[in-house]
Amino acid sequence: MEIVQLLLFLILFPLITAVFMLLVGKDTERNWIVKLSALGIGAVLVYLLITGFDKGTLYFAIGSEPIGLVMFAIELAIAVFILYMGIRYKNYLVVSLIVLQTIVMIAFEAMFAGGVDVQYNLFVDQFSIIMALIIGIIGSLICVYALGYMKQFHEHHHSCSDRRNQFFFILFVFIAAMFGLVFSNNIIWVYFFWEITTLCSFLLIGYTKTDEAIANAFTALWMNLLGGVAFAVAILYLATLGGGMMGLDQLLASGKVIALIPAALIGFAGLTKAAQLPFSSWLVGAMVAPTPVSALLHSSTMVKAGVYIIVRLAPIFQGTFSGYALALVGATTFLLASGIAISQSNAKRVLAYSTIANLGLVVACAGIGTYEAIWAAVLLIIFHAISKSLLFMAVGTAEHHISSRDIENMHGLIRRMPRVAAMMVIGIAGMFLAPFGMLISKWVAIRAFIDAPFGFIFVIILAFGSAITVFFWAKWMGKIISVTPDCENIEGKVDRSEWIALVTVAGLSIITCFIFPLISTFLVEPFLLRNYGQAAQLGQYNIIIMIMMLVLLVVLPLSVLLPHKRHKHVMPYMGGRQTTPDMHFSGSLGIQRQMELSNYYLENIFGEKKLRPLGIYLCTAIIAIMLAGAFATGVFL
Amino acid sequence: MISIVWAIVFILLAPVAGGLVAGIDRRITARMQGRYGPPILQPFYDVGKLFEKEHIVVNETQIFYVICYFIFMVFTGALFFSGADLLLTIFALTLAQIFLVLGAYATYSPYSHIGAERELIQIMAYEPMVILAAVGMFVVTKSFNVSDIAASSVPIVLLIPGIFLGFLYVLTIKLRKSPFDISTSHHAHQEIVKGITTEFSGPSLGLIEVAHWYETIFLLGFVYLFFGFNPIIAIIAVAIVYLLEILIDNTNARVKWQVAMKSSWAIAAIVGVLNLGVLYYLGV
Repeated sequence: MEIVQLLLFLILFPLITAVFMLLVGKDTERNWIVKLSALGIGAVLVYLLITGFDKGTLYFAIGSEPIGLVMFAIELAIAVFILYMGIRYKNYLVVSLIVLQTIVMIAFEAMFAGGVDVQYNLFVDQFSIIMALIIGIIGSLICVYALGYMKQFHEHHHSCSDRRNQFFFILFVFIAAMFGLVFSNNIIWVYFFWEITTLCSFLLIGYTKTDEAIANAFTALWMNLLGGVAFAVAILYLATLGGGMMGLDQLLASGKVIALIPAALIGFAGLTKAAQLPFSSWLVGAMVAPTPVSALLHSSTMVKAGVYIIVRLAPIFQGTFSGYALALVGATTFLLASGIAISQSNAKRVLAYSTIANLGLVVACAGIGTYEAIWAAVLLIIFHAISKSLLFMAVGTAEHHISSRDIENMHGLIRRMPRVAAMMVIGIAGMFLAPFGMLISKWVAIRAFIDAPFGFIFVIILAFGSAITVFFWAKWMGKIISVTPDCENIEGKVDRSEWIALVTVAGLSIITCFIFPLISTFLVEPFLLRNYGQAAQLGQYNIIIMIMMLVLLVVLPLSVLLPHKRHKHVMPYMGGRQTTPDMHFSGSLGIQRQMELSNYYLENIFGEKKLRPLGIYLCTAIIAIMLAGAFATGVFL
Repeated sequence: MISIVWAIVFILLAPVAGGLVAGIDRRITARMQGRYGPPILQPFYDVGKLFEKEHIVVNETQIFYVICYFIFMVFTGALFFSGADLLLTIFALTLAQIFLVLGAYATYSPYSHIGAERELIQIMAYEPMVILAAVGMFVVTKSFNVSDIAASSVPIVLLIPGIFLGFLYVLTIKLRKSPFDISTSHHAHQEIVKGITTEFSGPSLGLIEVAHWYETIFLLGFVYLFFGFNPIIAIIAVAIVYLLEILIDNTNARVKWQVAMKSSWAIAAIVGVLNLGVLYYLGV
C-alpha cells in the first residue's frame, strides 16, 4: 500500500466508524465496532511506522480544488451552528468571535483563495508518525475504555439522557480531525481540522447538559475561538503576501522575517488550545465532562494539537525575541500551574493543572527552538500522553467504585482496589520519578536549556517547577499506598473494556521507557537531523543506568511474592492513647474520635486564588509583548 | 569514564566511613554541649543492636519501601562515585527519598504521616538548589559527568561561590541538622516523636540509619566536587564544611517548615540568578 493511502485511511476510517456509531442500536454492536476499529487503526499505524519511519519527509499532492470547497462549506456550517448555539445560550462573546472569524475566512475565500498555490496538501514525517501513534493508539484505547465507562456513567447519572451514539460519534470525528491535523501540510487544511477539534471539544464538554457543563463548554469555546480568529488572521496575512506560502513547508522555508508574524499568530492559537495561562481555565473546567473526554482532551488530542503546531513552527521562533517570549509564557505556566496543583485535592483538577504545567514545558522548549529543546519537547509529548491517559482512566474507574474523585478519599486504595491502585501508581511514577519518561524528558530539557542563549533563566524555572511537581505527586501516591485499617476489597468487577485499556496503557508506559532509546534513534533523531542539522542523544552509559533502574523497579515489587516470615504487628503510635483496632481513640472530654489523616495543601502559598490571577496578568503581558515583538520584527525588517 | 571499581569501593567502605563520621559528629556535638560523649564507634554498636531486635511493624508493606529506600540510596552513591551523570544521580537520590516517604505513608500513622509531609516539603525545599549546583558545575566544566567534574582543573568554587553557599544552606536539610531537622531528627527533642521514622524499629530502623550513612558520604563527595581542582584543599574543605554543619546544628533552634522552604527557595533563586547570570554575562 502506498503511504498516502495509509494517511487517507487514517483520516477517513474513523469517520466511517463515527457514522456507524450514530447508527448502532445495541451495546454489543457498539462494543464490537469500537474494538475492531481500534484494532484496525492500531494495525494501520504499525504498518505506517514500519514502512514510513526511514523515509524522511514525504509530500503528497492531493487535488485540492473540490476538497477545499467542501472544507469551506463545512466551516460555514460549523460557524452557523456555533452562531446558533451562541444566540440560544445568549453568549455574545462567542457570537462576536465566530462572526469575526467567519468574516475573515470569507474575505480570504473571496479575495485570495484563487491565488493560493500549495503544491502538497498532505505530508508525513517522523514527528507526524509519532503524533499519529499517540492519537491512534491512546485515542482509540480511550474510546474502548469509554465503552465500559459510559455504560456505568449512565447507570449512575439518571438525570443525563443517554446519548451515547452521539458521544461516540464525536469521539471518532475528533480522532479523524486529529489525524488530519498532523498530516496536513496545507495551512488552510490545518485550520479546518483545528476548527473541528474546537467544535468537538465544545460538544463533549457540554455532554451532560448541566448548567455547569454548558458554562464550561462555552468557556472552552470562546477561548478556542479566540485562537481560531488569530489563526484565520494568520491565513489572511499569508494570503496577502501572495499565495505561495500556504504550505507548512513553504512557510518554514520562507525565512524568519516573513514568517514570524503568521507564526506568532498561529502560536497564539496554539497557546489557547494548549490551555496555557491565561487560557488555562477552559481545560480545568473541561473536567465536568465524563472522564473519557478528559482523558482524550488531556493526552492525545486537543491540547496536543496546540503544542504540535507550536513545535512545528519552532524553527521560526528559534532565537527570536518572540520565541523567547513564547518560551517564557510556557515556563511561567509550568511553574505556576505546578504550584496550583499542590493546593488541589480533587484528583481531576490535579491532573488538569499538571497537564497545563507539562504543556507549558513543551511550549518553553518549542519557544527556545534549538534541536535539543525540540528533542525534549517531543519526548515530553510522548510520555505525557501515555501517563496522563492512564491516570485519567484509573481515576475514572476508581471514581465509579468509591463515588469520589477527591484524593483525600483515596486512602488505602492499594487495599481497597489493588489493581486499579497499581495502575494509578504506575501512572504517577511515570509523571515524576526517575527513570520514567517524564523525568527523562525534564532531564533532557535541562540540558537543552543550558545550551541555549539566556537558557539559565529557564533552567532555574524548571528546577523549581520540577521540585514542586515532586511534592504533589508524592503526596497523592502516599495516600494511595497507605494501608488503612478499615479497608476491605471493593474492587469487584472492573468492566472488561476499561480493564483492557488500563492494562494496555500501563504496559505501554513501562515499555516506552525501555524502548525509549529506540524511539529516540529511529524517530526523533532523524526528524531533528533533517530540520536542524543536528541531533541530540543521551550517552550510552546513561541509558544503561536508566535501564538498570527500570529493571530494579520492575523486579523489586515482585519480591512481595517471595515467601517471607510474618512479622509482629502493632498499632501505629498514638501517643499512648487507648485506640481501637479501627483507629478510634478517646479524645478530650471522653469523646470517641476516629483518627483521620489528610495531606498538606499549602493553600496560603500555592492557592489557586493567589497564583492564578498572577499567572493571568503575567502571561497576558508576555503574550502581548510576544505579538508586539513579532509585528515589530515583521514590519520594520 | 564510568569506574565500577570506585562504585564497589563506595558500596563497601561508605557505611564504615559514614558510621565513623556519625560517631565523630556525636562526640563533637557532646563536647559542644559540655558532655563527654559516646565512643566513636557508638553508631556501629547502635545499628548492630537494632539488627538484633525483633522486627515489629504496623504492616508488611513498610519493610518493602525501606528496602527500596536503602537500595536506591546505595545506588545513588555508587552512581556518583563511579563518575556518572550528576543530574541522573540527583534524580536517583529523589527516587530513594520518595521510597522512605512512601514507607512512612504506608503505616497510616499520625506521627509518621506528618513526618512524611514535612519530608516532602524538605525535598521541595532543597531540590532546586541541588539541581542548580549541578548546572553550575556543568557551566564551568562543560560536563555533567562526576568523573570529568572531579578531574577538572577549574577552581569550581571560585567561579560559582554563590551556588556553593546556597548548596551549603540546603546541605543542612539533607544532613537532618537543626534548624532544618523538621521531618525527623537525630536529637531526642523532636515535637512529632520521631517523625518520618516513628513506625520503624529494629532492622528497618537500622537499614534507614545505614542508608543515611551512605547518603552522608555521597553528600560530602558532592562538596568535594566544588574543590576538585586540588584534592588536599578539597578534603580539608569537606572537613570544615562538616564541622560547620555540626556547629550550626548545635547553635540553632528548629524552625517551622515555612521558614525552611521559603528561605531555601529564596536563596536558590537569588544565587541561581546572580551566579548563573554573571557566568552567562562573562561568557563562561
